[in-house]
Amino acid sequence: MADVPAIHIAQLTKHYGSVQALAGIDLDIARGEFFGLLGPNGAGKTTLISALAGLVRADGGTLEVMGHNVAADPRNARLKLGVVPQELVFDPFFTVREVLKFQSGYYGIRGNDDWIEEILSRLGLLAKADTNMRTLSGGMKRRVLVAQALVHRPPVIVLDEPTAGVDVELRQGLWEFVKQLNADGHTVVLTTHYLEEAEDLCGRIAMMKAGRVVALDTTANLLSRFADLEQVFMEVMRHA
Amino acid sequence: MPDGDALPGAFRASAFIGFRTLFYKEVLRFWKVGVQTVAAPVLNALLFLLIFSQVLDRRVTVYGDVPYTAFLVPGLIMMSLLQNAFANSSSSLIQSKITGNIIFILLPPLSCRVFYGAYVLAAVLRGLLVGLGVWAMSMFFVDVPLAQPLWALAFAILGGALLATFGVIAGIWAEKFDQLAAFQNFLIMPLTMLSGVFYSIHSLPPLWQKISHANPFFFMIDGFRYGFFGQSDTSPWLSLAVIGGSFAALAALAMLMLKKGYKLRG
Repeated sequence: MADVPAIHIAQLTKHYGSVQALAGIDLDIARGEFFGLLGPNGAGKTTLISALAGLVRADGGTLEVMGHNVAADPRNARLKLGVVPQELVFDPFFTVREVLKFQSGYYGIRGNDDWIEEILSRLGLLAKADTNMRTLSGGMKRRVLVAQALVHRPPVIVLDEPTAGVDVELRQGLWEFVKQLNADGHTVVLTTHYLEEAEDLCGRIAMMKAGRVVALDTTANLLSRFADLEQVFMEVMRHA
Repeated sequence: MPDGDALPGAFRASAFIGFRTLFYKEVLRFWKVGVQTVAAPVLNALLFLLIFSQVLDRRVTVYGDVPYTAFLVPGLIMMSLLQNAFANSSSSLIQSKITGNIIFILLPPLSCRVFYGAYVLAAVLRGLLVGLGVWAMSMFFVDVPLAQPLWALAFAILGGALLATFGVIAGIWAEKFDQLAAFQNFLIMPLTMLSGVFYSIHSLPPLWQKISHANPFFFMIDGFRYGFFGQSDTSPWLSLAVIGGSFAALAALAMLMLKKGYKLRG
């Protein structure tokens, strides 16, 4: 089973009416990788992540998380995946701690208080644990989204632009935490518009445009021909 | 190193824990705003009771010698129960869809049965709490017998489950609050008001009696009222069959929508 990739995507397609959001994606992400998924707005990154999470049903192709087919075995596929969504969504009725306990329960986990306390602590949320979600700042809400994605200790973590609108301090703290999770063996998939973040963190990067993967290589190889990732990105997008 | 294939025992998914958590979350959601979700509907029903009983109590008797105020109470209890069961599941779902936090329910491995069961059961509980509140408060004004408590309980639970299921369907289908309000104002409210809450259908002209029999709310209210007085406009067994059949049909539709991911999963 160790040979089974964390994420396996083959010939994945998705249309929204006449718009082709995913046009036959092939991609394997190995266990333990810190993987970057880059592309301009509308490239299909969020659709790909949504398909992976079961939020969107693909028209064709194969999607597996830790060897579990997203369509045929959604229960196990979802257990293995934690997703930090791009939008700053929250439930205004509940406190931070309640939200995390609920999320833990949805995954069928009982007696998860110690891990919840640890996440709260590592994400700097302990002081806000009993605060209602609607009174939190945007940055704090973003931290709670990360905490919710980690509450069931998924081996694969997808972060969809987690640092959008987040201050420098939180950004640094968040990356330290995510790097530690990756060092502990979690596979991390990151989409971001901050290319320097991808350059610093990701071992391998895929670039998407118009629903296709137009570049896929290690970060080192991508950087070997240009000064920084921004130049690589501009060059790839120009020729794709 | 996390092993995706051999998670420790405490982390094994349990559908029951998922159901219990979602049910508890839904109950807590309405309980935290209990003044709005429980106390206000009770007050509304009491206002109906006070106004109609003042106007009609000495002029109208029903089923021979049942005073009008006593006749009115089970109808008001059931009307409040049904409306609030619908409101709970439908408003929770539309709110979650519009704010986007439905994603927290869609990402975990919750089955359609767990999703449906938790939303419906929480909505039935709110309906029952409101119904109990109306009943308790009405005792200060009038004595109402409870001749067949099991019949009353059966109709309360089945009627609540039917409207809660309808709320799940409406909540999934609606994309805006005004679409949901249309359900409430143009369907639920008229069908409830014209179901015999305020009158026995025997007081209606023959044509309207027949039309009333096409209204499933009539069977819910009439059957529930049988539980109090041991008398009703139509057989409680027929009412039970109509409501049971309607519930089964709507539950099947709701489950189909959930399985297909209709308006939930793109």
